[in-house]
Amino acid sequence: MQQITLDSQRSLLRFLTCGSVDDGKSTLIGRLLYDAQLIFEDQLRGIHIESQRKLGDVDALDLSLLVDGLQAEREQGITIDVAYRFFSTAKRRFIVADTPGHEQYTRNMATGASSADLAVLLVDARKGLLIQTHRHSCIASLLGIRHVVLAVNKMDLMDYSEDVFRTIEKQYREFAKKLNFTSITAIPMSALLGDNVFKHSTNMPWYQGLTFMSYLEVVDADATYENEPFRMPVQWVNRPHQDFRGFSGTIAGGSINVGDDITILPTGTRAVVMRIVQYHDERTSAARGEAVTIVLDREVDVSRGNVLSSVKFPASTSERVEAHVMWMHEQSVQAGKQLLCKLGTALIPAVITKISSKIDVNTMETMPTDSLTMNEIGVCVVQFESKIGHDTYLANRDMGGFIFIDRISNETVAAGMIIRDAATTQNITWHKMDVDTNARATVKGQKPCVLWLTGLSGSGKSTIANLVERALWAEGKHTYILDGDNVRHGLSSDLGFKAEDRIENIRRVSEVSRLMTDAGLIIIVSLISPFQSERERARRTIKQNEFIEVYIDTPLEECERRDPKGLYKRARAGEIRGMTGLDAPYEAPENPELHVETMEQSPEDSALQIVSWLRTHGYLQA
Amino acid sequence: MDHLSNLEAESIHIFREVAATFERPVMMYSIGKDSSVLLHLALKAFYPSLPPFPVLHVDTGWKFREMIEFRDKRMAEVGVKLLVHRNEEAIAKGINVFNNGSGVHTDELKTVALRQALDMHKFDCAIGGARRDEERSRAKERIMSFRNQHHRWDPKRQRPELWHLYNTRIAPGESVRAFPISNWTELDIWQYIKRENIPVVPLYFAKQRPTVVRDGQIMMVDDDRMPMLPGEKPEMRMIRFRTLGCYVLTAAVESTAANIDEVVYETLSARTSERAGRMIDYDKPGSMEQKKIEGYF
Repeated sequence: MQQITLDSQRSLLRFLTCGSVDDGKSTLIGRLLYDAQLIFEDQLRGIHIESQRKLGDVDALDLSLLVDGLQAEREQGITIDVAYRFFSTAKRRFIVADTPGHEQYTRNMATGASSADLAVLLVDARKGLLIQTHRHSCIASLLGIRHVVLAVNKMDLMDYSEDVFRTIEKQYREFAKKLNFTSITAIPMSALLGDNVFKHSTNMPWYQGLTFMSYLEVVDADATYENEPFRMPVQWVNRPHQDFRGFSGTIAGGSINVGDDITILPTGTRAVVMRIVQYHDERTSAARGEAVTIVLDREVDVSRGNVLSSVKFPASTSERVEAHVMWMHEQSVQAGKQLLCKLGTALIPAVITKISSKIDVNTMETMPTDSLTMNEIGVCVVQFESKIGHDTYLANRDMGGFIFIDRISNETVAAGMIIRDAATTQNITWHKMDVDTNARATVKGQKPCVLWLTGLSGSGKSTIANLVERALWAEGKHTYILDGDNVRHGLSSDLGFKAEDRIENIRRVSEVSRLMTDAGLIIIVSLISPFQSERERARRTIKQNEFIEVYIDTPLEECERRDPKGLYKRARAGEIRGMTGLDAPYEAPENPELHVETMEQSPEDSALQIVSWLRTHGYLQA
Repeated sequence: MDHLSNLEAESIHIFREVAATFERPVMMYSIGKDSSVLLHLALKAFYPSLPPFPVLHVDTGWKFREMIEFRDKRMAEVGVKLLVHRNEEAIAKGINVFNNGSGVHTDELKTVALRQALDMHKFDCAIGGARRDEERSRAKERIMSFRNQHHRWDPKRQRPELWHLYNTRIAPGESVRAFPISNWTELDIWQYIKRENIPVVPLYFAKQRPTVVRDGQIMMVDDDRMPMLPGEKPEMRMIRFRTLGCYVLTAAVESTAANIDEVVYETLSARTSERAGRMIDYDKPGSMEQKKIEGYF
């Protein structure tokens, strides 16, 4: 059983394959595994059958099918998302992330790169360096990868020419001078035929270096963490009973011993480590990467998102940082964008207050900009809503890397890497303007809010909205109507009526409503808004207690009888599709603040019902 | 830290993220070796507390008898809350592999049953023991895998997942499948079971068992619900299982590996993948991906 003991001592290398589309990344991984005989027999049989079906040739073997695991990928012959593959040789174990080359899927390349120690950058010998070669190099460098294999592939199609290889190598070394790589190893190969992948190529006697596999087995890509200060973001407060209160988390830097002083960030409270618990083991010390539960010597206020930190070298708690931001969403971003930021275990609101510059990935030069489009990398100033413990990305990846999450769609829209603290004397803070929402509203004798009128087409939303506004105007209140039909002439004139367009329309109306409540107004939104989830999103966008859901409840038959715009008639005639109530669902509100039943009362009485509600709930002052 | 300790720490980190950020998580438990490791990691992650979520077993009614015995014994030992769910409607209709084929069987008794259980309890995160090295569509999946209101996976629009920063934000009705042991291989699982002395179902160890051979696969005859084909008679063979699912859909391998050391050794020298014994993966190419899109794990 000696083999087993040795096995757990082999070191692990995490690497990714990247580069432009069709450079042969998936084929290279397939070839490596095939030549090293690391493919299970049943899997090999599977891809044999698929290759024959795809290429119509009995001997065909398309090795890229091993890693292109999605049907869409196999159909189109491209890689869409990152695949992780695990293998080991006698010398080492490997996790490879095979990432997509298409610019559209750059976010998936970044996903694979964020956990890698080494990047294998493929270049098609026929095409040389392309923009994706540059972009992927730039991302790999920013993410902290220090070792690169420049795999010059498809040498078979260039007559195994040394000149071709040397020219590409020279160009790349020149380009990479602007990046932070410590080693670049260029290898000429043919992934398709196997030259210099696992076996030395007899076609390129001029190449005396290591094969790809030999290089992977010997490269020293381990990061060193000497003299790193202690950090542990608190994940979970562990409190099984009165006598135990521990803080669970993964140590993100340095080490800790029982008896050490620590400081709790961002509050700065001090305490002493009394116990380090790891299941049935009582530890006296623990270090980076270990998942532990720490018990402190005194009752202190610690919750998820706090950082237990070295006293001598505490993490920064600035509310403002400068960071590299890689934007990953189709919609571009401008300064002023409010987002959620996840950093360590903290999730806090943040705003991009400034976009200073963006990187031209071809030249690595920076240029001024005020927005970032998808896959662009910029230098931004980020303002957190409150203090938060962090380090620079260079000092500590786990304490200096963050993601941005969209507040409404919940999508991950960007990745960021902290460059430095930006807490300068300027002291700009979160939305602390002299005249704030309350001040504006007080002048007007009203509390700002959004009356969100939802209901079927023809239910009477616009009529009632109009009457409510007139009643409020008569009392000298400041109001504004955002009507579903009217916003489509301006704010949302670029949108159609597909589900995603409707969602976007609701998002825009929500954001505008929020701005208007900041300005102190009472907003009356009149929008079918058929989905509960979309209305919930609107509720989350707008401040608490400022979102008032009003269900304008009119039965479908009555709406169809009224049919003020003739839409039901056209829908029944098949001229319109996706008509809410007919062939598209309407989800009635489950717990609206106000339920207005229009069959029971006149539109005037409905308006009165809404205004009275506002008065009794303190939104209107005399 | 050594390799297994690194894997263990990563998994514990994921468990804690789930517990801290979801309102109603649940841990899927399928009684196999991966579930055994998952359960052990959950116990470690929250100690001295018990895992702050229940354990859910979606029971097709076709598991090996030894699996059910093991499940009940193990749950009683560790003291976590076990929920068992079956698609009673489908069972009442008599749906099973012999009458309806493996596609309908898996769809109704596993996928639909799972969705029923998740909806019934309004779970917003289901923790599962899937590993990326099992199958190539699983190799593509995120650790926190987003599902829409209908439990569907959209492989073309996965959220980017950088570092160990998991985006666990969802709207009401949406959910996440979390996979703490994504980065473990079959060999890691066995070496960890050995290191931590984790109990597993005895079917993983070789023994003389009654079997028949069908389409080149060795099937164990677990009880009399399995109809014998003309001329078929159970024969005793020295077998064990590399994976455990429904007994009618899981093939055994001939083996003499009767203890953990021998199993680790056999895994090291294996020439076929563990899922070679799983019939449902081979319904058609892209089979697993389609099942996953529909809500299967």
